[in-house]
Amino acid sequence: MSDIITVDNVSKAYGGVKANVDISISVKEGSITGIIGPNGCGKTTLFNSIVGYHPIDSGSIKFDGQEISNLVVGDIARLGMLRTFQQTRIYSKMDCVDNMQISVSHRKGSRSGLFASRRGEIRERAEHLLEFVGLYSKRNLISGDLSFGQQKLLEFAMALMNQPKVLLLDEPTAGINPTLINGLIDRLHKANQELGITLCVIEHNMRVIMNLAEHIYCLSNGKMLADGKPEELQSDQRVIDAYLGGH
Amino acid sequence: MIKKNTLITYGGLALFGVFGPILFPDYTLSIAYLWMMVLMASTWDILGGQMGYNSLGNITFFGAGMYISAIVQVTMFYDGGMAEYTSAMGSIKPEFTDSEYFSGLYLGIICAGIGALLLSLIFSTFMFGLRGPYFAIGSLGLAIAAAELTITMDYVGGASGISMPLFPGEIEFRSTFFYILCFILAALAHFLLRWLYSTQFGLAINAIRDDEDKAEAMGIPTLVYKQIGWGIAAFFMGCIGAIAGNMAGFIDKEVAYPIPTFGIFMVAMVLLGGKGTLWGPVIGAIIFHVIKETTWTYLLNLQWVALGLILIINIVYFQQGLMGWLQTKYPEMFGIVVDESQKTSKSEAK
Repeated sequence: MSDIITVDNVSKAYGGVKANVDISISVKEGSITGIIGPNGCGKTTLFNSIVGYHPIDSGSIKFDGQEISNLVVGDIARLGMLRTFQQTRIYSKMDCVDNMQISVSHRKGSRSGLFASRRGEIRERAEHLLEFVGLYSKRNLISGDLSFGQQKLLEFAMALMNQPKVLLLDEPTAGINPTLINGLIDRLHKANQELGITLCVIEHNMRVIMNLAEHIYCLSNGKMLADGKPEELQSDQRVIDAYLGGH
Repeated sequence: MIKKNTLITYGGLALFGVFGPILFPDYTLSIAYLWMMVLMASTWDILGGQMGYNSLGNITFFGAGMYISAIVQVTMFYDGGMAEYTSAMGSIKPEFTDSEYFSGLYLGIICAGIGALLLSLIFSTFMFGLRGPYFAIGSLGLAIAAAELTITMDYVGGASGISMPLFPGEIEFRSTFFYILCFILAALAHFLLRWLYSTQFGLAINAIRDDEDKAEAMGIPTLVYKQIGWGIAAFFMGCIGAIAGNMAGFIDKEVAYPIPTFGIFMVAMVLLGGKGTLWGPVIGAIIFHVIKETTWTYLLNLQWVALGLILIINIVYFQQGLMGWLQTKYPEMFGIVVDESQKTSKSEAK
């Protein structure tokens, strides 16, 4: 498997705060990669750098072999790399089906014209994916009226609707109740295996990330602390120290 | 797929549109202004309601269209040219034949629309860098700047304005003719918007309204959608500006850039009717126009007080406008589904 995302020695500082220092990670095509680390260690900053939310100070980010560190958010999204937000973001005054329908891919060559009709194939796929995340019965509700957990599922479904190559998920299980979390892990696996979407997941819930990811990076204080397979990290003393406040 | 109620509404409006000026010939121009205001409100709502960009500068395209059309109408068949025509301050009255007048007028209206559309594309390159209140103030500045620029340009008569070419027919026919133009243009705009809002375009601008950053992160080409939305509004504002200029017969800065009246009315009408809906601006414009005309006739000197009162009632009791109020009160009428189980459990929790 080749690398689809290659982050090479990326640094990003906000004024005097060094949020990321010489971070290098690589995400293999078709894999599920995890990023963990204590609060404020720079995980979301790294995500923001990858999807083009802000310019990086130094380093290089490649997506599918193409340098993307100089592109802006919309361009990168249209290349096929999407992210979800830690603070869930949906179109809160539209109903769920509309939220889904507008999330179709805007990549070149995709069939969604500016003035395309909303009936037919798009609608079917939207409803199918809503069923996949378990929101079919809520499909006609205004999305802002859904509960937080349901909004999170909707945001996940919207990302799938876009048929991205890579999906960056920022804490997909935060705020979701424990029974729903198991279902979500299943769906993430399915999205990865059946739809072939490469996943890169920030997660605080250790049970989730250990079950999900094939390879995990652990950040601490803006620096790369360790990386490896889940079982390797679980026994890594540096990781345990970082999480228990030993840094 | 069109519902029965919608058909009845269209039928009623069409009947009124056709028979209104026949039954009330004295009010022909007033009803023409009604359709003009319906068009202004509907096209303002593309950005203001559906996309969440409150533009206070759409009137710029109205004035620009008016002047573009005047230039086309005069220069096309008058050999002396625009500068000579305007410097004579209305004393030159070229004798246009009927066909010259009407072909000049139609071409003027089309050029006004296209010219306004092009202007909106130019403005969009820097205006859409602004969001929220900054866009509102910026677009207002655009309108004021356009108005001030106009009076410095001697080519279009500067502060002394332009006398438009004389309408060749009878005075009654003149009213009816411009009435028909206004009615057709408003109907065209309405059906175009009706179709647009049913496509992906409608969802895209709604998405921009709800969360523009998210829309961008999902790869929606937001700038393109914003440009199209504003461009459509500009096109129709340009066309209606050209018609309004010819209806008025004389144009200058005050006629072309009525910022404190039409510029604000179009926003007030949409807020009254309910923004972000297809019918809100139409209903708002009709109610607003009827109240405005009535108070202008029967409450002279108090008309602005009356309009202020409407705005206050609007803000205090109908924040979402009439359509928004109806939608919250009778959601099932609009096909909006409310989760009843959640609703009751919430009220029980209180």
